[in-house]
Amino acid sequence: MADNKQLERTPPPADPPRDWGAALQPSSTGAALPHKASAGAGEGFMGSSLYEKGKTVHNKRIDGPFRRFKWLVMVVTLAIYYVTPWLRWDRGPYAPDQAVLVDLAHRRFYMFDIEIWPHEFYFVAGLLIMAGIGLFLVTSAVGRAWCGYACPQTVWTDLFQHIDRFFDGDRNARIRLDKAPWTASKIARRAAKWSVYLLVSLLTGGAWILYFADAPTLAHDVFTLDAAPVAYATVAVLTGTTFWLGGFMREQVCVYMCPWPRIQTAMLDEKSLIVTYKDWRGEPRGSVKKAAKAPDQFGDCIDCNMCVAVCPTGIDIREGQQIGCITCALCIDACDRVMKEVGRPRGLIDYATLEQCEAEAAGAPPQPAWKALLRLRTLLYFGVWASIGAALLFALGTRSHTEITVSPDRNPPFMLLKDGSVRNAYTLRLRNMEARPRKMEVALAGLPKGAVMWTEAVSFEDAAPRLVVDVPANETKVVRAYVMLPRGEEAESFTFRLAALDAEGERDAAETTFAMPEDD
Amino acid sequence: MSNKRIDQPTGTETVGHEWDGIEELNTPLPRWWLYTFYATIAWALVYVVLYPAWPMIDRASAGTLGWSSRGDLAREMSAADAARQGVFEKIAATDIEKLPASPELMNQAIAGGAAAFKVNCVQCHGAGAAGSPGYPNLNDDDWIWGGTLSEIQYTITHGVRWDGEDATRVNFMPAFATMFEPAQVDALAAHVMSLSGKAKDNAAGAQLFAENCAACHGPTGAGTPALGAPALNDAIWLFGGTEADVKKQILKPRHGVMPAWQGRLDPVTIKMLAAYVHSRGGGQDPAPVQTATAPEGKVAQAPEADSDG
Repeated sequence: MADNKQLERTPPPADPPRDWGAALQPSSTGAALPHKASAGAGEGFMGSSLYEKGKTVHNKRIDGPFRRFKWLVMVVTLAIYYVTPWLRWDRGPYAPDQAVLVDLAHRRFYMFDIEIWPHEFYFVAGLLIMAGIGLFLVTSAVGRAWCGYACPQTVWTDLFQHIDRFFDGDRNARIRLDKAPWTASKIARRAAKWSVYLLVSLLTGGAWILYFADAPTLAHDVFTLDAAPVAYATVAVLTGTTFWLGGFMREQVCVYMCPWPRIQTAMLDEKSLIVTYKDWRGEPRGSVKKAAKAPDQFGDCIDCNMCVAVCPTGIDIREGQQIGCITCALCIDACDRVMKEVGRPRGLIDYATLEQCEAEAAGAPPQPAWKALLRLRTLLYFGVWASIGAALLFALGTRSHTEITVSPDRNPPFMLLKDGSVRNAYTLRLRNMEARPRKMEVALAGLPKGAVMWTEAVSFEDAAPRLVVDVPANETKVVRAYVMLPRGEEAESFTFRLAALDAEGERDAAETTFAMPEDD
Repeated sequence: MSNKRIDQPTGTETVGHEWDGIEELNTPLPRWWLYTFYATIAWALVYVVLYPAWPMIDRASAGTLGWSSRGDLAREMSAADAARQGVFEKIAATDIEKLPASPELMNQAIAGGAAAFKVNCVQCHGAGAAGSPGYPNLNDDDWIWGGTLSEIQYTITHGVRWDGEDATRVNFMPAFATMFEPAQVDALAAHVMSLSGKAKDNAAGAQLFAENCAACHGPTGAGTPALGAPALNDAIWLFGGTEADVKKQILKPRHGVMPAWQGRLDPVTIKMLAAYVHSRGGGQDPAPVQTATAPEGKVAQAPEADSDG
């Protein structure tokens, strides 16, 4: 509270809000565009400023419901990222015990009870489609909520800004330190801060590789310098990019590098929730003193610049929607506090749809934000998203862990033997997706009597119409099988039937052809 | 030349040019973008120095690292050769009949043989080793010169009727064109066909066969692998199984030739080729198993077959 009072007495240092130039559309709230300082950039070619020197955003600390929500999201997402590789999951002696593991070497993806094989990549494709539609859904309902809360760039930027605050103090102190000459104490502070940046980056890059190998073993190997070079290279690249993108580039990534803000301009509509400055209520701006002197002359905005000071991307929300706004809602927290201080109703800056804004400007009462969620477009997105999810779950629940595929030899297609019998050769692939070795029975079905089969392991002397094969855990066993029809018998097609010889007794079958000489 | 002004709706300065009333706002690019561009230029310069890059008249500049894609290939090939060396040595040290006792070694020999087969053997025996008239099929259970690993190895090493190879497998079916009357040829051919059940017995043919053919082909026409005399009582015919084919072979026989591969291929490759040919489905065990009876014994078991799966 004391903080707020002080704020009103001492206006923040002049740090004009940035205009990202490429504002998506003319200010849709119709706010009068403020006095804009011409870009204070270094001189470029022909005296014109074609390039702009980067400016650090020193956002002020703020507390409020949205800030607390951001803390929560940050803790949850970082915890998921750092803890997940260390979770164990017992799969028996033939499979890794790491709960989430992308085993590229063996081409398996483990996620708790789910194990995905390469031939089931459609599950991953389905998840990616769900992620895409999920972004549509979220954007349609609550605008750029992904950008504001859950995007890794946002989470890590937030983390690094807290580090800034820890070492250099809040906004004003950081601005002063930035402008201060490079004294020994500033160098020491910067070195300390950047070391922590580097530590965080190293932990970020280090955690990533743990998803691709047994985490305890790999962590140990990394420290004893026994890990594979690609592990160190990955850590180095991710450490470097985290240090650079999180420590220094920050909002520049959102504005200049990320395609998502541009895609979202096509997906937001007048019914999407966005963070909006209600200009019809706020304008014209005037300080509390001015307003006291001339009531009725000024709107609710006291032009305290708090919304600009707390913004992690350094924009002025009062200019309307713009590409730099990640809708983190910290300006709502800031403005609500100020409004409470000066005894005016909250929500001068608030989550609202453009449609609501127009209605409110015309005199309608404010609507609760959740009402904006229930509309056809959002519900349709949700329906599509949920049905894909349900379909994936159904496919996952009903998939078989036993499979046989057959490819007949094509050259030669058949073999006439001495006694006139005909032999065909097949390559069978017996897939055992269980994490235990299983005996499986392969049987011929649909061939005349006398047909027998043998393999390299089962010699011709033991040929029979059904054979038992040991299939190792988590593997596809390739078996070359010979099938022989005695002289005088004929066949065109038949079926290899596979049955697992265990309690579940899963079955599968594959039809194939039997080639014969044309005349005998 | 330039006429800069502040654009009212956006509050941004223009660059000062105007084309038919169209002006451009000066939205400055961030400086780091420019530095990134410079960094790519620096990277390119470093690359040009380190790696082959600059086109010259007959080749590109070599680059100070001396890297080349051919060099990469040569390194990978010699690494692969080195990795195979141990297996080669093991195969060389193992007696060929002992190979199947070590399934891993046998599989490696088969894989190596399959590769060598595609280079050296497919020209006559076909890509699937199924042969063609005059060129034996290597997948079946009929072996003119024997189908054990060591017999196949011997055939590959020394060839068949190969000039200049003393140990080559050799035999000659005599030409009977001047010895038989046409009626005799008919009778003999009919008898040969009858051995595999394709014609009725005839006493004259049987008599001729016993006098002229049984010495090599055996009284029942079962053949003698040691002499290279093919079995005549089975379904497999090297030069065709019609009566006309048989007559032709009696009157004016053809004699196939197979090169001796000793001296062209190293002993390990020959061993691997033998393993591959043996693995094609008709390979025989060295034990005194009667080759001709094995399949028949199997067919006798046929009633056990449960075709219903």
